[in-house]
Amino acid sequence: MTYEERIQNVSVLGAAGKMGSGILLLTAVEMANLSLKPENKGKTFVLNAIDLSDEGLAGLRPYIQAQVRKIAEKQTVWLRSVYADRADLIQNGEIIEQYIFDVLNIIRPTTAMEVAYRSSLIFEAVSENPELKVKILSQIDQNNKNQAWYFTNTSSVPIHLIEDKANLTGRVLGFHFYNPPAVQKLVEVITTPNTSKEMVEFASAYAKALRKITVPANDIAGFIGNGHFMRDGLHGLSEATKLSAQFSWPEAVYMMNKVTQDYLVRPMGIFQLMDYVGIDVMQFIMKVMNPYMSDETIHSDVIDQFMELGVKGGQMSSGAQKDGFLKYEKGKPVAAYDPSTKSYISFADFAEKCDAALGAMPDGAVVWKAALRLKNKEEVFSNFFANMKKSDALGAKLGAQYGARSNAIGQKLVSDGVAANAEDVNTVMLTGFFHAFGPVNTYFD
Amino acid sequence: MTAGYNTISLGTGRKEFNPRKERPGLEEYLVEAGQGVLQQIEGGAKSVDESVLGNFMAAHFNHQGNLPGFFPMIDKELEFKPATSVEGACGSGSLSLVSGIKSVLAESAEVVLSMGAEVQNTVKAIYGADILAYAGWFKNRKKGHAYFFPGQFSDRAGAYFEKYDRDRARKGMAQWYANAIENARLDPTAQEYHNTHPDPYGLSYKSEPNGKVFVDHLNYMDCSKVSDAASGIIIASEEGLKRIGIAKKDAVEVVGYAQVIRNITEDPTELTELKAIKTAIQKVFADTGLTIDQIGTIEVHDCFSIAGILTVEALGLAKPGEGCDFVAAGHTKRDGIIPINTTGGLIGWGHPTGGTGVHQAVTIWQQLTGKAGDAQIKISADKPYGMTINMGGDDVTINAIIYKQGE
Repeated sequence: MTYEERIQNVSVLGAAGKMGSGILLLTAVEMANLSLKPENKGKTFVLNAIDLSDEGLAGLRPYIQAQVRKIAEKQTVWLRSVYADRADLIQNGEIIEQYIFDVLNIIRPTTAMEVAYRSSLIFEAVSENPELKVKILSQIDQNNKNQAWYFTNTSSVPIHLIEDKANLTGRVLGFHFYNPPAVQKLVEVITTPNTSKEMVEFASAYAKALRKITVPANDIAGFIGNGHFMRDGLHGLSEATKLSAQFSWPEAVYMMNKVTQDYLVRPMGIFQLMDYVGIDVMQFIMKVMNPYMSDETIHSDVIDQFMELGVKGGQMSSGAQKDGFLKYEKGKPVAAYDPSTKSYISFADFAEKCDAALGAMPDGAVVWKAALRLKNKEEVFSNFFANMKKSDALGAKLGAQYGARSNAIGQKLVSDGVAANAEDVNTVMLTGFFHAFGPVNTYFD
Repeated sequence: MTAGYNTISLGTGRKEFNPRKERPGLEEYLVEAGQGVLQQIEGGAKSVDESVLGNFMAAHFNHQGNLPGFFPMIDKELEFKPATSVEGACGSGSLSLVSGIKSVLAESAEVVLSMGAEVQNTVKAIYGADILAYAGWFKNRKKGHAYFFPGQFSDRAGAYFEKYDRDRARKGMAQWYANAIENARLDPTAQEYHNTHPDPYGLSYKSEPNGKVFVDHLNYMDCSKVSDAASGIIIASEEGLKRIGIAKKDAVEVVGYAQVIRNITEDPTELTELKAIKTAIQKVFADTGLTIDQIGTIEVHDCFSIAGILTVEALGLAKPGEGCDFVAAGHTKRDGIIPINTTGGLIGWGHPTGGTGVHQAVTIWQQLTGKAGDAQIKISADKPYGMTINMGGDDVTINAIIYKQGE
């Protein structure tokens, strides 16, 4: 089966979800681009958008339409050549509308899973529940006569487990997009010893068509991205817990969030990132990962406590941030949750005190956005982190410890065989998490 | 002509421009520029006999036609008086001027309010390109570039590179951009007034054109930006000047003008020459008996840097193929042999398409009467004349006008 044949009938499971809708968008655009090639004229491309939620599917079309418009507006020069033989399409506006129509025309939203029985390629982006994934995939495969290939977007469930239990020997691989898939450049690709060479080659061609960077990760729960993030988050939670001996919980959260953002030159602090991912999602992923860890425990009492309190973070369907550890106004954190009073305490009430406790920022600090553009990153970071290590201020100490812990997590991912090498770990954190420097470095030795 | 007024040219580059926020509409620009003119004359709108507005595409950018009906919004005294709107693409502004000049010459009016306006940040650039493409022959639109006019002038630049020398041409084009920025920084109404780039020349010269994302032979610095603005000026007879209480020295005399059009349905025969512009220039010099050596400053229609360089050649300032060197040598800078576009031109001040022709006249009026503020250049006695060249489409609707301070 050629690349084109494989991608002529595709299904996305969980298509109305955060990840599923992004995968659907990218796949729809790729399929539309193929269908517009002269040699593919007359062929029918079908992309089933399958989801349990009618409401979710109803919201899909406006999302895809708006996103495809943005893509088309940026590619009008090329689209004019694609539609060069269409005498009726003259203006940019007409060409853009036609392209949006052609992409949407491929997508078939439905709640009926049976349509996937005819697909040759199936993307799975349902919730992070191993039993559910196995159940759905086995049902489809038992009824699908195409020897279909299955791409799962799981960020934590071992692929061999799905392969065994759903009886998909050699026909499933992990194709883990980062959130949001339409924007994030990174895809982690996870194979099992049985995965066919053809399938890996297809995955690589498909990723390239989507302009994604792929990093191979070994089939160990959490892979590289969550392997680092879950442990990094746990470290943030444990440091905040230690600080809460001297400070209130909201103060401790504020301080660790600040240290992880400003001192580690990251796009957001660790508590904001945990809210972004969702406290519920974190708990779920930790539960999936933990049974596979022999020498450590991937679990947080604080996360359990917040879940019991119903404080979950995550995002609204509009993409706006829900309140979690922190409360947000116009996307920016402004207060931290106090479990003892079950209310948010404004940063304004304690920021001054906490900033004073953290002490002076080490010399040579650089903000994240500016750091990304630096040409002499290594020199700037070496200088800044050297000053951080020398400083006795509380903030500097917490920052240096955090950097060292992140480094250790990265190295362990290599020694555990999750990542092939340190470079792959760094690529994942640089491209999937937008860090300004890779966790495996010598800055914090 | 007298009592000129320009609004700011709003668009990317201005600090107050935010594409996500609501901005002034066509109405606000017309009111500001119109009242800005009327406040400078005795009797205000009561002294005005008729009005004329140059506009290109309000019907598409603003979903608005029947523009003459907006004049009474500027001032109630303009109601129930004659008004016209004229359209000749980016040459609409000078058509507004010429329409006013003709009314005065025909003695059907003593005082004419001539305006030009365009508000085009209402749509994204990719759709704006469709609207601006109406300045070309629509039957050519299908085979044209997504960015139609940049595509047309990119072809002209490509032909120039091919026929002469790409690097010399690009040096001239980069210097053109540098001059535009230098001059715009001196005029608070200019779109590039807030530009602080330390090396505009290097910025343009080092930016290689990329046909995959834009056009083959021009970079973004070679192009005028998308602008919202309006300009206005009074065109009056000597009687009219008395009526509005303006001394002759505060006005410019229209010494001559040439109005020329080229067949829009035919492609240019020679891409490295702006034939209609050249014809208009020759005509206005022949009519007035003046030569280029007597011109102290010129506003040329640099919708693209290459159009500026080709106009320098059409003016006879340099031989064909050497306009780029003339510009690169600094001869068109504000202290050069012939200062061109002293408030930034279309690339630096801005290009509110249908308003540009009037803006050019306002700049020349300011320069010749000593009202150009920080952008003022010295006008020497042996070169007392100013000139504007306004172009609609790809060398299609042209007006060349020569001015001199009143005495």
